[in-house]
Amino acid sequence: MSVLDFTVVVALVSFAAGLLGSLTGLGGGVVLVPLLTILFHVDLRYAIGASLVSVIATSSGAAAAYVKEGFSNIRIGMFLEIATTFGALCGAFLATRIPTSALAVIFGFTLVYSAYLSRKPRPEAQRHLPPDPLATRLRMNGDFPDAGVMREYNVQHVPTGFGLMFGAGALSGLLGIGSGAVKVLAMDQAMRIPFKVSTTTSNFMIGVTAAASAGVYLSRGYVDPGLAMPVMLGVLAGSLLGTRILVKAETKSLRLVFSVVILVLGLQMLYKGFWGKI
Amino acid sequence: MPSLKLPETAPNPRQPQPWSDHRLEVVLGNLLRTGVMLSAAVVVAGACVYLSRHAHEPANYRVFQGEPSEFRTIPGVIHSVINGRGRGLIQLGLLFLIATPIGRVAFSIVGFALERDWMYVGFTVIVLLVLLYSLLGSGIG
Repeated sequence: MSVLDFTVVVALVSFAAGLLGSLTGLGGGVVLVPLLTILFHVDLRYAIGASLVSVIATSSGAAAAYVKEGFSNIRIGMFLEIATTFGALCGAFLATRIPTSALAVIFGFTLVYSAYLSRKPRPEAQRHLPPDPLATRLRMNGDFPDAGVMREYNVQHVPTGFGLMFGAGALSGLLGIGSGAVKVLAMDQAMRIPFKVSTTTSNFMIGVTAAASAGVYLSRGYVDPGLAMPVMLGVLAGSLLGTRILVKAETKSLRLVFSVVILVLGLQMLYKGFWGKI
Repeated sequence: MPSLKLPETAPNPRQPQPWSDHRLEVVLGNLLRTGVMLSAAVVVAGACVYLSRHAHEPANYRVFQGEPSEFRTIPGVIHSVINGRGRGLIQLGLLFLIATPIGRVAFSIVGFALERDWMYVGFTVIVLLVLLYSLLGSGIG
C-alpha cells in the first residue's frame, strides 16, 4: 500500500471509530489499536502511540461541549487525576519493558471486559446517600441539573475510587487508551457519582492522564508522524461529529453492535497474544 | 446536620462558590478546544508537505524500528521543522496537543488560587509536577 492510500484508509477507519466511540460513549481508542494491528498489520507499539495521541485530541476537543452542560465536577476530576497520572506514568514505563504478546493479552482482556460492562445495566442513580466525611472534607459533593431541578449528590468510598483510578491510569499508560471502562467502575460503582457527572468528568480527566504517558511514548519512538497524523485527525473529526449528533441519535442498537465489535476484537487480541502472532 | 448544608446556605470564605467553579470550567474547556484546533491545524499543514513528497512510497509499519531522534525530542522536532520537513511539522502539532492538557492543569492552579482553595491548589500542583516529570524526565526535552 502506498503512503497516500494508507493515510486515506486509516483516516476513514479512525473517523468511523471516533464517531461510533463518541455516539456510544465507549471511546474510539479501544477499537483503534486492535483494528490497526489486525487489519493493517501495524506493530502494536506504533498503534498504541498513535492511539494515545488521538485520545488526548478527543478528550480535549469534546471538553468545551461537555462543560457547557454543567455536569462535570472539576474537584473530583483534579483529585483523581493525582491517581491516574501516577498510574499512567507507571503504565508507560512498564509498556516499554514487557513483550508485545503480553501487552496484546492485557489488551484483549480489557476489550472483553469493556464489552461485558457495556451490556450491564448502569447502577441505580443514588438518592439521599449520607455524606461521606472524607468526600466532604475534600469538597467533592455537588449538584447537577436533572429534569429541570438541581439534584445534589454525595460522593462515597473515596479511597476505593482513588485506588481504582490508579489502575485506570496504569492501563491507559500501558495500552494507549482512555480506559473509560475502569473509570466507570471507579466513579459510577465505587464512588456512586451520578452517571452524567461521571462521564463528563472522566472525559475531562482522560486528556490529562494520556498526557502523562505521552512523553514516555514520544521519547521511546512509539509516535510515528505518518501514522499518528491520519489517526488523530480522523478520530478527532469523528468524535466531534458524534458529540454534535448525540442528542438526536438512537444509540441503543448502535451500542449493541459496537459492543459486539469490541468483544470480537478482544478475542482476536487474546488469540494473537497467546499464540505469539503479534 | 451541618454537613448537609449547601455552600449557598452556608457562606464561608473558604468554601468555593459553585458559579466560579463553573466559570473556571468554561474557560478551561475553551482553552482545551483552542489548543486542539491549533495542533490539528499544524498537523494538517505537516500532512500536506509530507504527502506531497512521499505519497507514492510504500507504507510499512509492520516492523517496529522506533522513530529517529529528530522525531523523538523537542530540539530534534524543532530542528526538522526548520529544515522544512513535513513529518517534523506533524510532530510539532502533536507536541502542541500533548501540551494542551498540561496547560489546562497549569491554568487550574490559577483558578483554584483565585477561589482561595489552597487544598486544591496543592492537588493540582502535584498533578502538574507528575506531568512535567513525565515530559522532561523521559528525555524528550
